[in-house]
Amino acid sequence: MKIISKLWIFISVLIILSPLGLLLPERFKASSAWGEWGADEMRQLVGYIPKGLEKFSRFWSAPIPDYTLKGWEEKPLVSLSLAYIFSAAIGIFICVGVVFILGKFLRKK
Amino acid sequence: MHIPDGYLGPGTCGVFYLIMLPIWTIASRIVKRTLNARQVPLLAIGAAFSFVIMMFNIPIPGGTTGHAVGGVLVAILLGPWAACIAITVALVIQALLFGDGGITAIGANCFNLAFVLPFAGYYIYKTISYKTPISSRRRVIAAGIAGYLALNIAAGLTGLMFGIQPLLYKTANGRALYCPYGLNIALPVMLGEHLLVFGWVEAIVTALAIKYLQKHSPELLAEGRRIE
Repeated sequence: MKIISKLWIFISVLIILSPLGLLLPERFKASSAWGEWGADEMRQLVGYIPKGLEKFSRFWSAPIPDYTLKGWEEKPLVSLSLAYIFSAAIGIFICVGVVFILGKFLRKK
Repeated sequence: MHIPDGYLGPGTCGVFYLIMLPIWTIASRIVKRTLNARQVPLLAIGAAFSFVIMMFNIPIPGGTTGHAVGGVLVAILLGPWAACIAITVALVIQALLFGDGGITAIGANCFNLAFVLPFAGYYIYKTISYKTPISSRRRVIAAGIAGYLALNIAAGLTGLMFGIQPLLYKTANGRALYCPYGLNIALPVMLGEHLLVFGWVEAIVTALAIKYLQKHSPELLAEGRRIE
């Protein structure tokens, strides 16, 4: 098999395994990455929400926030894992699409 | 290491967009000169790999999480300029679609993860592996060291960006406007967690991938196959 095909299979395997990135932190009770807290976590940590941070943190509302479907935050881990796989798949689909479009413009004539 | 919206002030965000604009322009010029149609799939795989590896959050039990970027591997395989483009694509999609990293911080995040990280990793790998044959063990070690150091350099820069915010932006009563933690906290925390844990993940990912490719597809590691 050509190496490119093998690498695509490898990427697919990573998509399927991606919920590990959700389940392991849950299992070991690890919270957000440092410096990536939401407003509530920030209030707990420093006692207030910095004014500029509050304003700019609402600057953009992502369609699939934190790789979870909107309104799914309280769903069981199985659903969250499926949403995570879905997010990985759709994100990679778009990445690949964008690179192929860029490739049309960027490749040597 | 994805700085969200609101943690960096407008000045810092603007400066890094301004710094990244010429870098993106040069990257597309250089890639345009060297990219064959055949190599586009490899560039797409690079972007996809970087995108998905960043979803593998590794916990520090009871503490924070972090992840590898995969950018050093992409740089070794495709060259640092092409890696810059691949990682930028991944970061922009993460920010726009998934809110992972801020829109206002895309310049800053791309500077750390799509510019400094692949360039540092690529040149560390190249320096250590020097003229050793493609199949040599030294290249596996070089890849590991490059992964470890480059991720830590990027983490240190992220800590610096966070840490200077309280110096730059304060309200009249002395409260922070953006990131509330100064250099005395942000820098040692960002560096510490990456030196202790996450840097090793990037090192292992990069070294294992090079070891696999040495055996199964050495032509990918050869000079000239790369998008310079």
